[in-house]
Amino acid sequence: MPSVAMTVNGKAVSGEVETRTLLVHFLRENLRLTGTHVGCDTSQCGACVVHVNGKAVKSCTMLAVQAEGAQVTTVEGLTQDGKLHPVQAAFKEHHGLQCGFCTPGMIMTAVDMIRRIPDLDEKTIRAELEGNLCRCTGYQNIVKAIEAASKEMKGARA
Amino acid sequence: MTASIIGTSVRRKEDHRFITGQGRYTDDINRPGQAHAYFLRSPHAHAKIKSIDTAAAKAAKGVVGIFTGADIAADKLGPLTCGWMVTSKDGSPMKMGAHPVLAGDRVRYVGDHIAIVIAETHAQAKDAAELIAVDYEELPAVVDPAHAADAGAAQLHPEAPRNTIYQWELGNKPETEAAFKKAATKVSLNLTNNRLIPNAMEPRAAIGEYDDGTGGYTLYVTSQNPHVARLVISAFIGLAPEHKLRVVAPDVGGGFGSKIFIYAEEVVCTWAAKKVKRPVKWAAERSESFLSDAHGRDHITHAELALDADARILGLHVKTTANLGAYMSTFSSSVPTYLYGTLLSGQYNIPAIHVEVDAVYTNTAPVDAYRGAGRPEATFVIERIVEEAARQLKLDPVEFRRKNFVRTFPHQTPVIMAYDIGDYDASLDAAMKLANAKDFPARRAEAKARGKLRGLGYSTYIEACGLAPSAAVGSLGAGVGLWESAEVRVTPTGSVEVFTGAHSHGQGHETTFAQVVAGRLGIPLENVEIIHGDTNSVQFGMGTYGSRAAVGLTAVSRALDKIEAKAKKIAAHVLEASAADIVFENGEFKVAGTDRKLAFHEVALNAYVAHKFPTSEIEPGLKEGAFHDPTNFTFPAGCHICEVEIDPETGVTKVVNFTAVDDFGNVINPMVVEGQVHGGVAQGIGQALLEHGVYDKESGQLITGSYMDYTMPRADDLPTYKLGFTVTPCPSNPLGMKGCGEAGAIASPAAVINAVTDALGVKEFDMPATPQRVWATINRNRAAAE
Ligand code: FES
Ligand code: FES
Repeated sequence: MPSVAMTVNGKAVSGEVETRTLLVHFLRENLRLTGTHVGCDTSQCGACVVHVNGKAVKSCTMLAVQAEGAQVTTVEGLTQDGKLHPVQAAFKEHHGLQCGFCTPGMIMTAVDMIRRIPDLDEKTIRAELEGNLCRCTGYQNIVKAIEAASKEMKGARA
Repeated sequence: MTASIIGTSVRRKEDHRFITGQGRYTDDINRPGQAHAYFLRSPHAHAKIKSIDTAAAKAAKGVVGIFTGADIAADKLGPLTCGWMVTSKDGSPMKMGAHPVLAGDRVRYVGDHIAIVIAETHAQAKDAAELIAVDYEELPAVVDPAHAADAGAAQLHPEAPRNTIYQWELGNKPETEAAFKKAATKVSLNLTNNRLIPNAMEPRAAIGEYDDGTGGYTLYVTSQNPHVARLVISAFIGLAPEHKLRVVAPDVGGGFGSKIFIYAEEVVCTWAAKKVKRPVKWAAERSESFLSDAHGRDHITHAELALDADARILGLHVKTTANLGAYMSTFSSSVPTYLYGTLLSGQYNIPAIHVEVDAVYTNTAPVDAYRGAGRPEATFVIERIVEEAARQLKLDPVEFRRKNFVRTFPHQTPVIMAYDIGDYDASLDAAMKLANAKDFPARRAEAKARGKLRGLGYSTYIEACGLAPSAAVGSLGAGVGLWESAEVRVTPTGSVEVFTGAHSHGQGHETTFAQVVAGRLGIPLENVEIIHGDTNSVQFGMGTYGSRAAVGLTAVSRALDKIEAKAKKIAAHVLEASAADIVFENGEFKVAGTDRKLAFHEVALNAYVAHKFPTSEIEPGLKEGAFHDPTNFTFPAGCHICEVEIDPETGVTKVVNFTAVDDFGNVINPMVVEGQVHGGVAQGIGQALLEHGVYDKESGQLITGSYMDYTMPRADDLPTYKLGFTVTPCPSNPLGMKGCGEAGAIASPAAVINAVTDALGVKEFDMPATPQRVWATINRNRAAAE
């Protein structure tokens, strides 16, 4: 079995995987970072979104060995020194989650979205959420949370 | 903290673990020594199994064990069952075919479970399953429910001739016939309620475990009602005595009904754990969820309405064929009968109703409750035909509704239900205002000038929830009572643990239940812990579905009554006063008219140290339980208004405005309630515009078996909803709540389709209103006009 090494949430990690092992399974099973979820088998739900080298990636769409040497951030790595990331806080404040299953993927997508697009309005957020499914919230409060986090982070940068 | 915390939008206690990736769903759990299961499923809709050869698969790398229906039969493990007896109009009981947990000599739908393959890894189990050689003799499949009962159609179960499970009726046939005889106007409508695939985002999963030392089994499972799972697996399937089976439903990633039912996989994993002497874990892939989760809806209906010369409704006749799939799932029989026929009176005075429902088997996945369960189907029928009646009579649909509204309560309908309270004009008025319905003609004209078609649709709905008074459901055929339990344990330091039989899988009970307790006892929210989902902690409960959290909360409230009563007695002794003089306010027990008082936590400590009261009269400790059986259903009602804009060139329908005004009675946490409405409406708009579970009519293959083919609503398919609330407090529970979990999905499809038919100027339109169907209709109309 090939071995793979990468940095996950700032820590160097390595492990033995089958060639066919997906990144999401490496994170969940080898590293036991179970915040990243698997919601489909056709790369369409976004429950598995993590950041690889600073970009949002569906970790079910990438082999673990393809992440060799990469910097990976999962939802578990967002909280810094016990302080919630503004996007995490906004999801709570605006009730952007119910069952919580889509939430880690939504949050990782949102963080990436906010980083890429300085002025997020409702329409853009809805379009950008194209790759993430939520069955509980009807999206309304997810959109609200992302809009609020985007404003807050912009304020913090200014 | 005081009672004022009830009714406020407290942020959710459970959120922290979910937003930080620390939720604990079934698939997040790994048990020591666990092996992985994969289920071999039927690729055919209908076939005889002539033989199964597992030799090559058993020899494959990593395989721990493979079991088939023969092994199940040898261990005499019972079949899955349906727990609600429905009787046909001729008095005969429903005709149920057996549903073995692994197939015997026949498979009846694509995805039917044939064998469990257990291996060291999931991939190895899946690889090995490919090596199992099954010799099938294919049989003709029955796919279309409209023809399932035809002479000459293939037969699924020997127990059910003509694939007919029951022919049920409700209401009064002669009176309804008489109403049609004297009618000035008759309106008729054909309707289909499209098959839906629930798609909770967390796929089903199960881990079965057996402890040889104690002889006990444990099942971790994605369930909305772990106690019911334990009861069924023990009493009906016979896997283990109830006290030797622990069922844990940890965090559950959405249910919407689909995780109520007892499924084969969870039973087989638990049973197999003893066979292979290791924990056995199974987690569905999404494709398996599509194939094997119980689907929803799937009705074909013909409805007729009789009206007098003054446009008052005289009678309603409804004839429905309900597709229950290849086997009867846990509650499937009740959905198109007691959860459907009983709601057909809607918000209207209808003197005579007669409903007939034929339930049929087809070679498709089992169909059971999905968000709303029967009530969305009923609302679709009544709200579509009421709208059509108004159009036929050239009356304003709002005025037509008002003419027929129920305005005096209690109101007994001809179909069992006794509505206790409501104000349908109030929610209609509020919704019209919020939707700015008055200016709709101007918006329609403006859209027309841009070449677009606008339509407005109403749905003034009612539903029955708070499931359910046990005696009532018992008389209707339910195999269980539908009360709920709660136990409130106060610790010596005055914090509170609440054990509830309700289950939370997104509803936010850890917060809303805690609000009720904190508000009532005057203690901080942080001092209240809600414990649910484990048969080892909670004694018994019926779980969460049917917007029945009000039942669970009333049980909590009743246990709190007992806590308060006992605490008062203890406080009286400590304060050397008479119990009758003790008042409890803002978390303090006071001797009325004095400044002598004890805080709640002081009374708790006294209860446990037991130094200051006679333990011969008052037992030490502070712990009380209650079982609450509701006295009536609750009747949330309201008005949803949908405005669509259709692009005639592409057939794309956009919901441009959606307004929902609901009367849920008193509300514990408005933020959580709004979230429930958002989610329900999204599923309703999904049903109306996007979602459709489709099987190939010949082969019985599921055509919509992935997110590539089954259109789930995404963020940009949906508008921002306008929400409003009116309140008539529910008289049948002390909190005045009615329940809010399903209204969105119940009310919205009719509003959307009423808007679509309004925009297109057509009478009938089958859901979902996909661009292709809308475009075809527009072009057919154009061609006809030319
Ligand atoms: S699990 Fe990766 S997109 Fe669904
Ligand atoms: S919160 Fe349940 S799927 Fe999004």
